[in-house]
Amino acid sequence: MRTPLAWLRRNLVVIAGLGTLAYMILPNVVVTVFSFNNPSGRFNYAWQEFSLDAWKDPCGVADMCGSLGLSLQIALWSTLVATALGTAMAFALVRYRFRARGAVNSLIFLPMAMPEIVMAASLLALFLNMGIQLGFWTILIAHIMFCLSFVVAAVKARVLSMDPRLEEAARDLYAGPVQTFLRVTLPIAAPGIAAGALLSFALSFDDFIITNFNSGNTVTFPMFVWGSAQRGTPVQINVIGTAMFVIAVLVVLAGQTVGNRRKKAQPK
Amino acid sequence: MTATAAPPQAPAPAGPPVHKPAVRKRLVPYWLLLPGILWLLVFFVLPMIYQASTSVQTGSLEEGFEVTWHFRTYWDAFTEYLPQFLRSLLYAGTATALCLLLGYPLAYLIAFKAGRWRNLLLVLVIAPFFTSFLIRTLAWKTILADGGPVVAGLNAVGFLDVTSWLGMTEGERVLATPLAVVCGLTYNFLPFMILPLYSSLERIDTRLHEAAGDLYARPVTVFRKVTFPLSMPGVVSGTLLTFIPASGDYVNAELLGSTDTRMIGSVIQSQYLRILDYPTAAALSFILMATVLIMVTIYIRRAGTEDLV
Repeated sequence: MRTPLAWLRRNLVVIAGLGTLAYMILPNVVVTVFSFNNPSGRFNYAWQEFSLDAWKDPCGVADMCGSLGLSLQIALWSTLVATALGTAMAFALVRYRFRARGAVNSLIFLPMAMPEIVMAASLLALFLNMGIQLGFWTILIAHIMFCLSFVVAAVKARVLSMDPRLEEAARDLYAGPVQTFLRVTLPIAAPGIAAGALLSFALSFDDFIITNFNSGNTVTFPMFVWGSAQRGTPVQINVIGTAMFVIAVLVVLAGQTVGNRRKKAQPK
Repeated sequence: MTATAAPPQAPAPAGPPVHKPAVRKRLVPYWLLLPGILWLLVFFVLPMIYQASTSVQTGSLEEGFEVTWHFRTYWDAFTEYLPQFLRSLLYAGTATALCLLLGYPLAYLIAFKAGRWRNLLLVLVIAPFFTSFLIRTLAWKTILADGGPVVAGLNAVGFLDVTSWLGMTEGERVLATPLAVVCGLTYNFLPFMILPLYSSLERIDTRLHEAAGDLYARPVTVFRKVTFPLSMPGVVSGTLLTFIPASGDYVNAELLGSTDTRMIGSVIQSQYLRILDYPTAAALSFILMATVLIMVTIYIRRAGTEDLV
């Protein structure tokens, strides 16, 4: 059974899985490699020669870093608001029985069960009908709206798996409601809240379709990339893409390491 | 009083009696829900109502629009853009199937075989969420460029002959063909397939695999009878998370396709933002929504996991 074919059969899952991973990583590799390119025309699609110019001057393109800052700002605010509102909703849905619970659940589920363009278009219909000026605020409102459901889903999953007896134990030990919440409930729910916050930051920062409809003349980073696809892509876009990938990998790895340490530090 | 005469109550609560202000406590969930629900009502439900009213308006941008209950817009829009509709469903369906086919082995690998590499692999799956997907989609233009190594390789192994025969490519080109759009869609939504699959696979007790093996089930049988059925929740939510956004996407069709590969999303986008024919655009997006909701409902019923919702 030591033939190559047998080996291939035994490791089929690993090979197929790594193949998929290669497919997923390939564009990131291309983005990284082409950040060192010195393109001859306006478009950075064909390899010309090695150059560090773009890395030395990442903000050398007009308006790009401004749009990046705007996207970060919007992502931060929508994460903050969506996480606060979503966490409260998740707790209400998991911890309390009340009438209209089913209706609330479906209302929260619906934005996730709808093509993004439908929400994008309907929000535009609202803003147009009300004569609201499109821009920073309309983008922010839209982002909070679609991040909300994802936060609720993430926090709900975590709260559902929490043992309510831990809170009862805290109350038995004469902890007040505030103390119980801050020192028992919140720390246990924290990974779910963090996951929801991280997800909504990523979703908001990267959102294109809803922003495309509701931004007016305001240009977020994805809008800038979209525009540059028509006008000509500066190499700096690849620099930002590479930097974002590296930072994301480091942040997530750091988060997991902290999580693992905590797990190990816990008795049992 | 004897013990038998005592009312069958629960054993006396340990600790001090808790004072429960009944009415206030019943209001707690409503207060917790209020801000979020208000947000969704004002910026999700109300917009839908506005869009419904827009879809039955007639008029022009210069003279203004007016609600005239002009339901014909729906029929006209539907018949005019039927090809784009069918194409969207076809592309999204193909991409979803490919995502499942490609994503399952990777999710399986991470859940059962990765060992200490598990975290790194998970990070590599999640990391794309944090890198602008538009930049990565543009990178496919480079990868699939005419005469590039990928296209040459696909041509050499005869892959392009097969896809040409299927009508997905033309000659020795991949860019601006349906294949490029499906490839981009598959790529973009793979993480949305892999993560739910992984989380449902991870929950499976591996002792079940051992038990099946002890009962002389071959690995293929173990997968077919134990692993796959138990991963159904992940399969269902993964396919939904892939199909729904893919059906309304226009980014891949615009960046990697041509005018022959336009999807319904492109049509809605240009009707709303360029042609400014709001009633048609609103009708189209309602038709898309209804189609997707109906398909999803049927699918969830069939897959038998209603508890997902």
